[in-house]
Amino acid sequence: MEIKKGISASPGICIAKSVIIDSEDYRIPRRLVEPTQQPAEIQRMKTAFDKAVKQLSKLQSGQETKEQRKIKDIFAVHLRFLRDRSLIKKIADMVRSESVTAEYAVSTTLREIASQFIKVKDHYISERAADIYDIERRLLKQLLGNKRENVEHLEEEVAIVAKELSPTQTAGFNKKFVKGLATDTGGRTSHTAIVARSLGIPAVVALEDFTDSVNGGDLVIIDGNRGIVIVNPDEHTIKQYEEYSLEFHEFEHKLDAIREKPAITRDNVRITLLGNIEFSGEAKLVLEKGGEGIGLYRTEFLYLNSPTEPTEEEHYKAYSETIKVFKDKPVTIRTVDLGADKYTQSKRFAPEPNPFLGLRSIRFCLQNIDIFKMQLRAILRASALGKVKVMFPLITNLQELMQARMILHDVMEDLDDESIKYDRNIEIGIMIETPAAALTASTLARDVDFFSIGTNDLTQYTLAVDRGNELVSTLYSSVDPAVLRLIRTVLQDAHKAQIDISICGEMASEAEYIMLLLGMGVRTISIAPPMLPELKQIIRSVTIEECNQIARKILGMNSERQISNYLRNATRKILPEAF
Amino acid sequence: MKTPTLKMPAEKKDLEKKICETEVVIKNADGLHMRPAMQFVDVASQFECDVTVSNIENDVDGKSIMQMSMLAATCGTKLKIKTDGKNASEAIEALKELVEIKMFDEAPPEE
Repeated sequence: MEIKKGISASPGICIAKSVIIDSEDYRIPRRLVEPTQQPAEIQRMKTAFDKAVKQLSKLQSGQETKEQRKIKDIFAVHLRFLRDRSLIKKIADMVRSESVTAEYAVSTTLREIASQFIKVKDHYISERAADIYDIERRLLKQLLGNKRENVEHLEEEVAIVAKELSPTQTAGFNKKFVKGLATDTGGRTSHTAIVARSLGIPAVVALEDFTDSVNGGDLVIIDGNRGIVIVNPDEHTIKQYEEYSLEFHEFEHKLDAIREKPAITRDNVRITLLGNIEFSGEAKLVLEKGGEGIGLYRTEFLYLNSPTEPTEEEHYKAYSETIKVFKDKPVTIRTVDLGADKYTQSKRFAPEPNPFLGLRSIRFCLQNIDIFKMQLRAILRASALGKVKVMFPLITNLQELMQARMILHDVMEDLDDESIKYDRNIEIGIMIETPAAALTASTLARDVDFFSIGTNDLTQYTLAVDRGNELVSTLYSSVDPAVLRLIRTVLQDAHKAQIDISICGEMASEAEYIMLLLGMGVRTISIAPPMLPELKQIIRSVTIEECNQIARKILGMNSERQISNYLRNATRKILPEAF
Repeated sequence: MKTPTLKMPAEKKDLEKKICETEVVIKNADGLHMRPAMQFVDVASQFECDVTVSNIENDVDGKSIMQMSMLAATCGTKLKIKTDGKNASEAIEALKELVEIKMFDEAPPEE
């Protein structure tokens, strides 16, 4: 039994067998397989060699010009390696003698060869180590890609363990069988955390070298309430956790009971609660948890979970399914937020040196107008079915907003020409998630119907902290005075312009921050559906007067630590049950 | 390196099964790097006989690029080639020609 402490990213308890998703970008940890599994591992390894040979032969046959001769030669060398029987035998022998996974045997054997090359004094030979690494990567891609596909076809309940999880990987998860997530990297607002919360499954992140200490198939307990993961627990621990899990479910059911009650504070101020969703299938969950609409419908997943770009019909189908669930309640569809850590199928192979400051989100859309127009067409067509709003992400200046509006207008004219119905008065809004947008909110407010503050990106861009990097993640705080001042500016400007404003970041799902946000003037909150009952519970236990006092106090403070401590104490006093 | 025994029909045995040995010197400037190693393996693989290549320290399989490239033979290195089995002498001739006369289609060192 081994216990590891990380950061709790999504609540709940999961007791399940682990499935490990390794990545060719990282060293492959030594993992054991059952001796009876050895032939299967060797077969996997051989299949990977065969597939790599096929792939390379295809690549090689395309290189015909004189300049390409050199590349052809390199590929020929790689092919020779991939067909080298003594190499394959060496790897198979290692699987047999040490009972390790095919990935580990391939990686270790090839790295050993590469290190031999590096030792050679002759540069011409030592530099050839790069070729060996290239061959290793090619083989690992085959082996790991295969495993990733298997995750999409699970047949039993599992806990997913990985160094980190990308949106592309999580998009393929089968919700029925994935019961918990545990990753080495990440923070409370990393992609893994967001996905886990929207699926309503426990997650623990920032476990450092956790993937090194698990073998595929090991029983693990993921305790998302305490931020603990236990590998191969003893019977006593399993029993304890089974009881604890039961209690937790009962607690959640109790919260579900307040679903029908309105979200009003003790002094009768009405708060609107909406849900953030990614898949149309989650729409029902929002209603079940007492949400009054969708405040943020992320649409990237249409691009991430299929091997081809989605068609207009696929967009339309996903939107209309969601809208049908909500009828006349609002559904806010955010146009694609691709780039940074989320790529389309055709763009994923062109990495940028600084993706979060690069071609992402609205910038990507404005440079790929066909993709953008297709989505807007689908959104507009869907707007005939209910109360749809459209929202543009990552706006940094007025020009981008005007351009996006103009393109939307073009699409409307196209639809008019074709006599296709849509909501002519569709509300248009923007995400405020960059300091630039926050500082010019008064200008931007004139040309939109609503704002939505995305606290995750706003915090990241304001504090210049990568929220997924555990080395600096302690610097990431949405209650840093700098972030709070920007949020206050945006709220004031929106009220002045008399436009709607909501908060849709992870910040709004932290019990400690709710009172502060209410006190600052927030009246509409959109969060992951599983968190809605708890949020409503908090709202029903406080008065706006208390919240106002807290906000006044906080906005006079100059240090993040002071603010955090004050909020924790205040919340504990007013909401002892939240801890 | 252990040489595996070769299966051979009995009647051809006397004609073709023999062991040949020769010594070659790497003459191209860049030595036995990846592409020459591949050429060597390509030629060696055309023959049925076993091909063993040795430097002072190691004996390696001349049909395995992994093992051949591990020899890391630079220009001027002496290698022993041993062939054992069918067409052993043709094999050794072809390999000697590749290393010393064709020099892997590469240039010798500049004076």
